[in-house]
Amino acid sequence: MIYLDNIHKSYVMGTNALHVLKGINLEVAEGELVAIMGSSGSGKSTLLNIIGMLDTYDEGTYRLDGRLIRNMSEKKVARFRNSHIGFVFQSFNLISFKNAMENVALPLYYRNISRKKRNHVAMELLEKMGLEEWAEHMPNELSGGQQQRIAIARALVSKPRVILADEPTGALDSQTSYEVMDLFKEINQSGITVLIVTHENDIAHMTDRIIRLHDGNIVADEMNSVRKHEPVLQPSIP
Amino acid sequence: MFDPDKWQEIFSTIRKNKLRTFLTGFSVAWGIFMLIILLGSGRGLENGIKEQFKDDATNSIWINQGTTSMAYKGLKPGRNIRFTNDDHFSLKNMPNVEHAAGRFSIWENTTISYKNQYATYDIIATHPDYAFLEKLQVNKGRFINDLDIKEFRKSVALGEVVERELFKGEPAVDKYIMVAGIPFKVVGVFTDPGGDRDLNRVYIPISTAQRVFNRGNRVNQLSVTVSDVTAEESNQMVESIRRDISKRHTIHPDDKRALFIWNTLEQYKKFLSLFASIRIFIWIIGIGTLIAGIVGVSNIMIVVVKERTREIGIRKALGATPGSVIGLILQESVLITAFAGYFGLIAGVGLLEIISPYFSDSENFFRSPGVDLRVALTATGILVLAGTMAGFIPARKASAIRPIEALRNE
Repeated sequence: MIYLDNIHKSYVMGTNALHVLKGINLEVAEGELVAIMGSSGSGKSTLLNIIGMLDTYDEGTYRLDGRLIRNMSEKKVARFRNSHIGFVFQSFNLISFKNAMENVALPLYYRNISRKKRNHVAMELLEKMGLEEWAEHMPNELSGGQQQRIAIARALVSKPRVILADEPTGALDSQTSYEVMDLFKEINQSGITVLIVTHENDIAHMTDRIIRLHDGNIVADEMNSVRKHEPVLQPSIP
Repeated sequence: MFDPDKWQEIFSTIRKNKLRTFLTGFSVAWGIFMLIILLGSGRGLENGIKEQFKDDATNSIWINQGTTSMAYKGLKPGRNIRFTNDDHFSLKNMPNVEHAAGRFSIWENTTISYKNQYATYDIIATHPDYAFLEKLQVNKGRFINDLDIKEFRKSVALGEVVERELFKGEPAVDKYIMVAGIPFKVVGVFTDPGGDRDLNRVYIPISTAQRVFNRGNRVNQLSVTVSDVTAEESNQMVESIRRDISKRHTIHPDDKRALFIWNTLEQYKKFLSLFASIRIFIWIIGIGTLIAGIVGVSNIMIVVVKERTREIGIRKALGATPGSVIGLILQESVLITAFAGYFGLIAGVGLLEIISPYFSDSENFFRSPGVDLRVALTATGILVLAGTMAGFIPARKASAIRPIEALRNE
């Protein structure tokens, strides 16, 4: 699903260039649940941005779903991102003046789906995830956990192949974090590839595979044999 | 462009920021309001001046006597020029002259009476053609005619006001009134677009007056109307009139003080071109005001984009194309300017409509201000253009937002 070969990325800051990624080789198969770990400045967010096509890379090859991601027009990138990738952020990034359902429906707007239909799809998804009672609430009326679940619903609504989560539990307490991780596992079991950037060990250990980054290099890539926290909920995401 | 969902998006953001939207719109509304008021006032001034010209035929030339200032053919300067019937006759037969009249006023005794009603009015002795020069309209009877001139009849045409004041509703035509102590027969009653001043007047045949009031063959002022000619041609007419009279009165051809010639057509055309310049000037000021409004909108939209950086970043991460982001900002800007501008337009036109009736009397240089549909449509077009211009830079800024930077955790 994700294929990275010798990816380099530098940021030019004034006169000196900051070499953030120094030749990343990584392959993630479809349906994997992967954690990317590393201290701040290790390049993990940059890597996620490149995978999410939010950022370009300087050198190497990146294929997503078999397609070479290089020199694409912004419009094409936007369409491809809309159909293939769902984002989940640390600070939820819900649009404050839209209610939960409208937030969830937003990616479908960029697919030119009619308002009625996309609200219907969004509502169905919220029902499936047990969030229907919050559908009409504005983001600031929801708890952090609820907001993050709405954000996950938004990432799922366009039926992406990959979910990219950037510190999804960073702003949550541990109980809520676990619930959110359960949700990710459910999503993963429905066949969607999930990449989670985190610096929390216990979160990382709930995934199948942990990739550790240090100073722009992958220093460890290990399969996680013991899952610490088994899902408590039955899979309900198709 | 007319995607209802997009409008929904825009309306929801506008609803969240009512005060900001109002302030933004206000600058544009003010700009267009000023433009409309300025244009309307310009129109009012134009109407006012045109009204002044309504008094007399706009194709008329008026010739007044002066005093020579140059020696010529043995004659000293300082000689007063006196027009005669010959001058009138000569002008009357010039090519392109439609009507020609001479006139003088009776000033010795201006009392006019009918039965026991006495009053003083302007008494003017003139030719029948004078009716065309003053644009007189005869309501009852007739104006003085050629037969009056030829037979030295004691006929008099009364202004409406004179008729009203002396006859008090009695029919005036065919009655005799005393003009400077001499009985004259009323032949008609006229009205004059020039207003009350020109209606406090009676006209008598010039030939009769020359005889009765001992003027010999003298005429004080000559006037002609010319047939449909350009301003240039009418200026040539002025020159040939000057040559003609100068020759008869032995005036130096370059003497500018012996004859005073007022060419209404030329003055009229000068005013018309003046108004064209004023209109351009007004447009420049109006557009300037509007540009200030546009810059205001542009400024605020830049702030909006900055405020919404994160939101736009989210949208991009969710698959918004640069085009859709540009559209979002541009349409909001166009919507605000068009809507606010329309308000300004309505307010401006409304104010003009309200004040217009207070400026409809002819004694004013400012009259019936207003704008026509064409101007309103042009202004509307300018508004949409303005909105696009105002939104352009902010929209470009918005489309250049990079999601990673927008979404970076602060």
